[in-house]
Amino acid sequence: MTAYRQALLVAAAFVTLGTAGCVTINIYFPAAAAEKAADRIIDEVWQLREGRPASDERKNGEAQ
Amino acid sequence: MTSLTKQILDRARVILVAMVAAFVGSAFAQGNLEINTPTIAALKQSMQQRHAALAPHYSSGAVGLAADGTIALRDASGVPMAQRGQVNALVAAENGDRAALYREIARANGHPEWEADVRATFARRWIDRAQPGWWVQGTGGWARK
Repeated sequence: MTAYRQALLVAAAFVTLGTAGCVTINIYFPAAAAEKAADRIIDEVWQLREGRPASDERKNGEAQ
Repeated sequence: MTSLTKQILDRARVILVAMVAAFVGSAFAQGNLEINTPTIAALKQSMQQRHAALAPHYSSGAVGLAADGTIALRDASGVPMAQRGQVNALVAAENGDRAALYREIARANGHPEWEADVRATFARRWIDRAQPGWWVQGTGGWARK
C-alpha cells in the first residue's frame, strides 16, 4: 500500500515535469501534426475523401 | 540481500513505473493540432462552397495556387471580360478565408506566432495535392501540374 502510494506520488511528479516539458517542446512548431491537420481540411474543402480513402489520396499527392 | 538493497531496488522500480506512466500520458497529449473550432468549421464550409465556382478556373489556368498559401489570378485572358470581376471577387474572398484559417488554427492551438508556419504547411499541401492540369507556383515560377 505504501509502495502504491509512493508510485502515485512519483508519477504525479513526473506528469507535472512532463507537462512542463510539453509546453517547452510545443514552442517548436509541430510540423507533422500541422501537415495532418492541413490534409484533413484540404480533403473537406476539395471534397477529396469521397470514393477514395484518405491514405490513397495522400500517396497520390506525394507521388506527383 | 540486505533490507537496504531491497528497499533501494523497490524504490527504483517505483520510479521506473512512474516514468513510463508519465511518458505515455504526455505522448497522448501531443500529435494532433486542434482544428475543431466553430470558426474553423465555418471557414471550411465557406471555402468548400466556393470551390465549386473556383474549380473551373483552376482547370483553365486562369487561377493558380500560389507559393504563399493563397490563390492568384495568373492569366485573365481566358476569362470573358464580363466574368473577370466575379473571378477577382472569388479570389479575394478565398484569400480572405485562407488567411483567417491559418490565423485561427495558430490561435486555437495557443500559439498565434505559428501562423506563418501553418500558412507554409498549407501552401505546400495545397500544391502537392492539386489536380493534374492546375497551375501551381514553385521556386521557378508558375508551372502546370
